[in-house]
Formats: sequence, C-alpha cells, structure tokens
Amino acid sequence: MTHPSTTGPAPVLALKDISKSFGAVRALRDVSLELFPGEVHALAGENGAGKSTLIKTLAGVHRPDAGQVLLDGAPVVFHGPGDARDAGIAVIYQEPTLFPDLSITENIFMGRQPRRALGRIDHKATHQATLALMQRLGVELDPDRPARGLSIADQQIVEIAKALSFDARVLIMDEPTAALTGSEVARLFGVVRTLREQGAAVLFISHRLEEIFQICQRVTTLRDGAWIASEPLDGMTEDDLVRRMVGRDLEELYPKQDVTPGEVALSVRRLTREGVFTDVSFDVRRGEIVGLAGLVGAGRTEVARAVFGIDRWDAGEVSVDGKALINGAPSTAMASGLALVPEDRRAQGLVMDMSIERNIGLTGLRTTVKAGLMDRGAERSRSLDWAVRLQVKYARIADTVNTLSGGNQQKVVLAKWLATGPKVLIVDEPTRGIDVGTKAEVHRLLSELAADGVAVLMISSDLPEILGMADRVLVMHEGRLTAEIQRSDATEETVMAAATGRAA
Amino acid sequence: MADFSLSRAIRWSALKRWDAVVGALLIVVLLLSFGTVDGFGNALNLSFLIGNTLPIALIALPMTLLVVSGEIDLSVASTAGLSGAVMGALWNQGMTIETIIPICLLLGVVCGLINGLLVTRLGLPSLAVTIGTLAAYRGIAQIVLGSDAVTDFPTQYLDFAAGRIGDTFIPYALLPFLALLAIAVVALHATPFGRSLFATGASEEAARFAGIRVKRQKLILFTVTGLMASLTGIFWALHYASARFDNATGLELSVVAAVLLGGIDFDGGKGTLGGAIAGVFLLGALQNVMSLQDVSAQSQIVVTGVLLVLSVLGPRVARQISVARAGRRAASAPVSKAPSPTP
Repeated sequence: MTHPSTTGPAPVLALKDISKSFGAVRALRDVSLELFPGEVHALAGENGAGKSTLIKTLAGVHRPDAGQVLLDGAPVVFHGPGDARDAGIAVIYQEPTLFPDLSITENIFMGRQPRRALGRIDHKATHQATLALMQRLGVELDPDRPARGLSIADQQIVEIAKALSFDARVLIMDEPTAALTGSEVARLFGVVRTLREQGAAVLFISHRLEEIFQICQRVTTLRDGAWIASEPLDGMTEDDLVRRMVGRDLEELYPKQDVTPGEVALSVRRLTREGVFTDVSFDVRRGEIVGLAGLVGAGRTEVARAVFGIDRWDAGEVSVDGKALINGAPSTAMASGLALVPEDRRAQGLVMDMSIERNIGLTGLRTTVKAGLMDRGAERSRSLDWAVRLQVKYARIADTVNTLSGGNQQKVVLAKWLATGPKVLIVDEPTRGIDVGTKAEVHRLLSELAADGVAVLMISSDLPEILGMADRVLVMHEGRLTAEIQRSDATEETVMAAATGRAA
Repeated sequence: MADFSLSRAIRWSALKRWDAVVGALLIVVLLLSFGTVDGFGNALNLSFLIGNTLPIALIALPMTLLVVSGEIDLSVASTAGLSGAVMGALWNQGMTIETIIPICLLLGVVCGLINGLLVTRLGLPSLAVTIGTLAAYRGIAQIVLGSDAVTDFPTQYLDFAAGRIGDTFIPYALLPFLALLAIAVVALHATPFGRSLFATGASEEAARFAGIRVKRQKLILFTVTGLMASLTGIFWALHYASARFDNATGLELSVVAAVLLGGIDFDGGKGTLGGAIAGVFLLGALQNVMSLQDVSAQSQIVVTGVLLVLSVLGPRVARQISVARAGRRAASAPVSKAPSPTP
C-alpha cells in the first residue's frame, strides 16, 4: 500500500493509519488522508465504505482505535466535536440545522454575539460581521432576513459563514449537493472556489461523480473501510473512479432498453392545485419511462402527490387505464394499479421502526388476508420474494429497516410497491443519496419494468439520470408544464432552459 | 443442541420484551401476595380484585389500540360517568333497563364520535380534545343527575355485575370481558386493521403513503372507545349498585398508567395487548394488596404515580438494551448520518 507522499506545503489536517471498529464491524482499516490548504479533496466510496465514520473521526465525534490525527503535523486527540471546532475543523451536513425563525445573523452568532455595556447584544457589530462574512464568500444575502424560506443552498452558505466565523481552516462537506438543483450547485461551488482561493482545505463528499471532477483536485477512495487510493483527479475518468469505488467494472449506469410504447396507462388532464401547480396535462404510456424534470419547488413532487391522492386537487382529472381516479384517495389509486415511490424514503416511504417484512407487507394488507385475518405465511413469502428479487442486503427479514443502508432502504420501498404489481409506477428521486452501484441496479430495474409494460413516471433532479433513462422528458417551471422533449432532442441545455423558464 | 439454542432464544427475547417483563412481574407479585399477605389468596378476595379491576381492563382494550395508533382518549372516565348518570336518570323516569342500556351504549358511541370527528376533521391533537370533553361529559353528567345516587336497579343485573360463579374466584363479568379481550387481541395482532394501526402509530405519514386510510381508522377507534367507556359506565353503576355523576372519576389515569406500564409506547407504534392487560392486573393486584395492608388511599395514589413514571421509563430502557444487543449482532455497519448536535 503506497501512501501519498508530501510535496510542497504541509497538510493542515491528516489522518495516519486510522482504524475504527464498532463491535465486530471494522468501519475503517488503516486509512490515511491528507488535506492541504487551498485544495478541494474528494472522498469517494459506496454507501458503507466508511466515509461517514471517517468524517466523524475528523469532526471529533468518534475516537479512532488506532492511528493518529495530525493537525499541522502534530498529533492531536479530539475528545469531542468542540475540540475539533476549536482546532478549526467544521462540518457542513447535507441538511442544515438552522433556527428558522431567527435571522441569518442570529443563526451565525448564536450564543456568542458581540456585547455592549450591561451585556446587551451589539446588533450593529454582529450585522457588520455577517456582512463581512457574506462578502468573503462572495454572496449577497440580507443578514437580517430569517432563515425560514432560504433555499437549502443558501442555508448551507449560512452554515459555511458560521464555520468561517469560528475561523475554520478545514471544511468538511458531507453530500452538500444531494438536495440541490443545478443552479444551486453552481452557487455553492462558487463559494467553495472562493474558500479554496483563500487557502481553506475542503473535504468534499458527493455521490455525483461529475461534481467531484468539477470542483475537486484530488480524490481519496475508500472501499469496505479500507484505503484504496489517494491521487490527483487530473487525467482520471469517471469510469476509473467508479472502478476504484466498486472494485470491478460497473455495468452501464443507464441501461435503457428501447421499447415501443403501448396504450396510455396514466392520463392527467388540466390538473390544478391552487397556488401549487396549474393546468398540468400529460400521458404516460405502457412501456414508457417519462422523466419529469424541473427545479426544486417547480411543483413536480406536488403533482405526483395529487395524482396518487395524498393531496387533493382543485380541478382536473386523473385516470389509469381510462378509469378516473377519486380525488384524494390513495387506497383507490392503489387499487387502480398506481404506485408511488415517494421522495423522502425515511419519512414517507418506510416505517423506520418496522421490519423489512412488514414494510413490504404494508401494501398487501388487502391481499395477504385469509378470512379477514392476516395470512402471515403469505405475507412473509411475498416480502421475501421481493426482497430477494431486488437483491436487498439484510441479515434477517424481521430486522427493522433502519438497520439497512440508504440504498437498501430504497430497494425495500421499491419492493413494497412492485409487490402490488402496478400498471403505473411513479418514482420521485429514486436514486437520491444512494451509491453508484445501487443506482445502476435501480436504473436496470426501471428499464426492465418498462420493458414489461409498466408505465413509469420518473421525477429526478439528477439531469444525467433523466437524460439517460427517459423516453420523453416533461419539464415543469413554477407550477406549469413548460416543455415536452423527446429523448433524441433532450440535452442538458434544452431541459435546463425549460426548467429555468427561458424560451427553449 | 436444538433445545439449548431454542431455550436461549426464548430467554433473550423474553428479556428484551417489556410486555414479558410485566407478565413475569405480575406472576411474582401474585405469588408473593399468596405467600405473605393475609386474606389475599381466598377466592372471595380474588373475585373482588378481578371485579374492581374490570372497569380499568375494559377501557384498556380500546385504549391500547388508540395509543398504538398514536392517539389517546382521556374522556373515557367521563363518558363512563355520563352513561351511568343517564342510566340512573332514565331509570328514575321509569324506563326498563333493557331499553336504557342500548340508549346508554348509543350515547357512548356519540361521545366517541365527537372526539373522533374533532381529531380527524379539525386535525386537533387528541390529548387536548379529550381533556376538553373530559370536562364537558362530566359536566353534562352532573346536569343530568345532579347529586342523586340511583341504587335500586333490578337485582338480577346487580347480581350479575357483582357476583361470582359459585364459590370460585371468577366473577360472572369476567367471562364477557374475556370474550372482548379475545376480539381485541385478534383485531390488534392478527388483522390488517391492527397492522395498519401499528404503522400509523410509528409513522402516520408513511402509513398514508402506503394507502392506509388513517382518518377513517382513527374515527372508528374513537367511536369504539366511546362505546366501551359507556359499557364500563353501565358495569360500574351495577357493580357498585350506585349511579352517580362522579362515578369512575379519575379512572382514565389508571387506564393510561396500566397501558403504559404494559409496554404500549406513548409515542405509538409499539406494544402488545397481552402486555397492556398484564399491566392492568398488576396495577389491580397492587391496589388490592395495599388495601388489605391498610395502606391509605393517598399513599395508593402515590404508588400509582410512581408506577406511571416507571412504566414510561421501563420499556424505553428495555428497548435500548435490545437495540444495543441487535446493534452488536447486526453485520451492518453503524454508519448512521445523524448530524452531530453541535455545529
């Protein structure tokens, strides 16, 4: 194992031969990492590769069983997150935790505002300090506006400003872009570049490989808790990186099969929910995968919720196989052959404290019944069958789903809905936050389902996914359908133009 | 070998399951009381114990289902009191008991329906709604019957509600209760309805996304709870041969304490009816023993209160132990992504 050699400036923060176990599970084995000032360093690896454990070790949450953490070349021991923060290490998580009713300034200086006589908060000084931070980051945000209503990207920028106010020299960004749209990612990356130019060291985690190549200079890859490589990204291809992560050649990421579309399965006509979306009409045919693209907040998820009956619509009509659905009734939508894999698998897709078996069983409460009672044998075999078909990795089918990794949780949600034998499958962000290997599996599954005659409506903020998988792309902008683009004409440019409201 | 691993598995699952702990505790308390408390073990006292516990047990059946689904009904004792009061008032009017009882049960259905509609249609929290109706239903009971006590119900009804089978410890009323218990156990643990209650209690949003008709299910539950509360009110008036507006005052606390003691999670989604009923009779046995030992009523309330706190604490500790064991056993890596509490 050859570890990176130090040339040029000394690393500001380094891990040397770190190991960490939880019970019998070896989460990290002899992992080394060096972060240099003025560098954005990617941390790559599939779910369960040890990325989170490594971050928590850097952040002082975990103490390594063996190995050293080196700060400016000297060994240090962090006894808690406070120690790491005092050492200038800040972690920006995927979902920021701001106080929504407090202003940006109050959020940044929470509990340590500059004081005037008699302990009164010096509002002028804090306001000025926030303005200075925003200038440093090159963004224009009103320090006095409340955090409520800020986009997730702007919330993350506030978190970054907060980190800077602690004089952070090392920024660890844990999947910051997972919930961001293209323009928001660009905004965040602008800030990251500014920080890099100012000499900060950034550790960047993302499942989106193109982002890693866009913003990072070097990459460290982990696999199954072991260090695989630390190397410059210059001259590497995405395939090289994937091979390091999964340890083998990956099958194609977008295995789209050509299908001749059949009858219209899902028909949505002039659907309107006041103040949310307006006059939305489209069809999805058997065998088709229709992509639904747009910025976050364009109303895509809301349309899906209304079609499935979670929310009521105010006007319009939805039908499956020509049969009109009842407004606001998911149970009848299900009976008609509609299935919805929702965007938030932890809150909406799964009952986290329930077993894999029973989560899949929840959609079969009408079918796995004998004489009015649950037929447990039928329930178990139905759940086992689908868990195996989708290659869910679990110890026991009776384990709760919160013991599974994100990718396997998503497979359980898919299993739960495929077990209903749907005619129409709506998937909302089907691969958000799951690793590239599982992502390819989900794509292959969607492609096979379509080939079997299922009509698939796929909502996604992952543009390559839309372009790679969809036969047709529908684009929404501010609550309206603004474009319908055939696969052959769909490019990042045409889709983004429609999504941002520019004339296509 | 197989026997060994089987007994091991049973022992571990018993240790981490709070309902089994409460069941074992009930048996220990009963055995200790037989051995050490004078007058506990005779059939008459045991029939008293069971008879006095039945009102709690009757309401605990629907309350368990409600709490599992993430709701609660604190108006049950007032509904019971109102039923008893209306029963007394109608009896004074000269109506036959055979007409009165269906009327009272219907009244219970209405009381439950009001709770259910307020919770499901207006989206109000059940805790607040039923504290309100707790006061309202009791107030109506007082308006209906004033400070009268009606005691002259037909003797065959009084005998059924207070009597026991021969010289055994079995009150007549235990038999219909056991039938209701069987129905409730099947409903909660063996039907799609029960399964959907657990899902709703654990995550109402995920239940809705799975096509479960959450509101309808809750409306049914509140209505059945009202029905069972009025049945309990009728039983109470006959069992103690006294219909007063303040019958069963405070009973809701005993029911909630017993149900939580039995391992039903206050946050919903967890527990078994067996555990809840074990909790009910554990509470009943302790109260019986304390009465036999001349412990004052005030001190008994203190014991109930302490039990209530323990009952919320115990299952959580038990669950944490089992989670820790599962975590050590599971091969999956503990790489949860919970944000650290400090920025």
